[in-house]
Amino acid sequence: MGVRVSSEWLNSCSGCEISIIDMGERLLDVLQVADIVHLPALVDSKYFGQLGDQKHLSLPEADVGIISGGIRNEEHLEVAHEMRRKCKLIIALGTCATHGGIPALGNSYTPGQIMERAFSTETTDKPDAYPSDGVPAMLEACYALDEKIKVDIYLPGCPPHPDQVFNALVALVQGKPLNVPTRSVCDTCPTVRKGKGEVKQVRRFLQAPQYQGPDEPLDRMRCLLEQGLLCMGPVTRAGCGGDAVTPRCISARVPCRGCSGPVRHEGNQLLDMMNALASNGIDFKSIPNRPLLLRFSGAHSLLKPAIHERRSS
Amino acid sequence: MSQTITIQPITRIEGHASIKIWLDDAGNYKDARVNYMSLRGFEKFVEGKPAEELPDIVCRICGICPWMHHLASNKAVDRCFGVTPTPAGHKLRELMQTIAHAEDKLLHFYFLAAPDFVIGPDADYAVRNVVGIAKANPELATQVVKTRYMVKMILDKFSRKTIHPIAGVPGGFCKPMLEEERTDILGKMRQVLDFALFTIDFAKKNVFPKYLDAIKTLGVITTGFIGTVDDTGAHNLYDGKIRLMKPDGSYVDFDVQDYADYLGEHVEPWSYGKFPYARVWNEGFALDVDHPRGIYRANTLARINVADRMATPRAQAELEEFRALFGRPAQATLLYHYARLIEEVYACERAIEILEDPSITDPNVRAQVEPRAGRGVGCVEAPRGTLIHDYSTDENGLITRANLIVGTTHNLGPMNLSVKQAARALIHDGQVTEGVLNRIEMAVRAYDP
Repeated sequence: MGVRVSSEWLNSCSGCEISIIDMGERLLDVLQVADIVHLPALVDSKYFGQLGDQKHLSLPEADVGIISGGIRNEEHLEVAHEMRRKCKLIIALGTCATHGGIPALGNSYTPGQIMERAFSTETTDKPDAYPSDGVPAMLEACYALDEKIKVDIYLPGCPPHPDQVFNALVALVQGKPLNVPTRSVCDTCPTVRKGKGEVKQVRRFLQAPQYQGPDEPLDRMRCLLEQGLLCMGPVTRAGCGGDAVTPRCISARVPCRGCSGPVRHEGNQLLDMMNALASNGIDFKSIPNRPLLLRFSGAHSLLKPAIHERRSS
Repeated sequence: MSQTITIQPITRIEGHASIKIWLDDAGNYKDARVNYMSLRGFEKFVEGKPAEELPDIVCRICGICPWMHHLASNKAVDRCFGVTPTPAGHKLRELMQTIAHAEDKLLHFYFLAAPDFVIGPDADYAVRNVVGIAKANPELATQVVKTRYMVKMILDKFSRKTIHPIAGVPGGFCKPMLEEERTDILGKMRQVLDFALFTIDFAKKNVFPKYLDAIKTLGVITTGFIGTVDDTGAHNLYDGKIRLMKPDGSYVDFDVQDYADYLGEHVEPWSYGKFPYARVWNEGFALDVDHPRGIYRANTLARINVADRMATPRAQAELEEFRALFGRPAQATLLYHYARLIEEVYACERAIEILEDPSITDPNVRAQVEPRAGRGVGCVEAPRGTLIHDYSTDENGLITRANLIVGTTHNLGPMNLSVKQAARALIHDGQVTEGVLNRIEMAVRAYDP
């Protein structure tokens, strides 16, 4: 019998699961040594028994539990606790699980504000009450997994590169230590840095950065932050490029948006970026929307509703 | 004693949903529903954000079709800012979207749907999955995994990031295509077309005939349909006008900027997902299996139903064969799978057409953009249906308001109806087996939610 693997997705988009499938043929190798006992995207195991007649949610036991997505409602919370009980090891897969991810942008608002908008758009027939029958209640915020359960291994990324997922699974099966990136995107970026840019204001990404043409190698292009673009490379964990290392977005001549979360797990991308901008001589006040610096890491109480909204909710 | 059955989670689909079935004292169907379990709040939390950042934020609505959200969003922002993408930028966007469709349909057919047909609806759930297929038919499985991976890596290598893309930008695309990239991708897409043709032949010979009875009965309902067509009425995935068809086959065409005049969204107390319906029909909304009101369907079957023809030759030949068998509009729910494979052929043919046009390598891929106040509706056909992003911006180009109608949601009402129909037809005298419950799920799976 191989290593038993159980996988769940919570407040997520399924991109992490597709990244697992994007291992390509390596997936077939993984399936040789892993028994998938639960994985809703691909396997038909059910919470309430295969006949749907059990009273309590129950998941199979496993050696490794992989969870993507943060915790946004009561069902997510229940599933996360059950995964923790039944799995020897929990992997937080993807930045939603490690830091809240994009959905934690919702933490700037109360659940009431979120529902108010969702159920009053111009095409929506406004209901008398918000849905509450048979749907799990929303929690106050979107939480990273480790705010609610113990996490053993963090694999951030939006999504994590298939190479990272594969390397992690291989290390687990072989009982070897995991090689998780600890440097920043900047540390792995080949663009040319001179130390300080000439630009004092953040330039919004409305036109292409300057470079000589499509043939110009990346190591001849000027650092995007020094060109004034809001590149989150200095405050973002490396690894998005997988074994190829080179940061993905920058190789498309697009600034890093920070999708792997902070360099250190407990880092704060907003505060760290203020420092990075200051040392580049760029005025922090010229950023059009500050919460956006936490667009991938708004859990852990870093993004919160305005105080008056918290009081009234 | 009355009984409640909970199928949770619905598996081999792409989101979070569950089915509840209520039986009466005699063990017969009383009612059923599909609950959509989560609300993330995109329509709220994009407010205040610079519009040009939205295409990279809203793609996180779906990790399976991120290109669709990314591009619908780019189109909406183009319109808010009053910019027209350069011709090469426009073509690169359509190329990415079309190839993403080609990948998505292989994923759905082989990884999600096929276990029901190849392994069988009554098989043990431990083998009724892609792993079971890999063990039962290793040669085909290897070919599937290789081909899907090749398509996915075309997108990944060229655009640099395919799950949660960043390559589309307001005004066009972030990087041009080099000639050697064009020839490389063209060669690969020709291979994918061969595999698409193999797949539809394989399904027509080995899969659909075996399940003809199920096709004629399982989850069958009568509804209208929605999809995008070009100026000539031909099927289109990337751009065009919206066609809303009634169950009798009559239809209206409209500009997506006016979508709110035609579509509404109904709210039920038991679902976070809202239920789009045809407001323009003036018949309200009702999830009544025998007399549905306002209900239309989206996604593959809907698109090939509303289209007068397919725009590429091989796909058109397949459509003609399909229509000769099932008519227009075809209503049987399991035909979504068949329609999906016709669209797979189209997506490959269309990608090849775009790549054969040398102007795709024009380096002028991005038009100059200035933020401004405006409103824009962006729309593409996502694999799961007509996807609408509607934004307003202030004078600094920050989002003041967003309304999203996501492809899958058009089918939330129809999925409920199909599940009600299937449960009513399949459950008698308290006889509930895994096979029966899986068949009820198959009525959902056809919609690829």
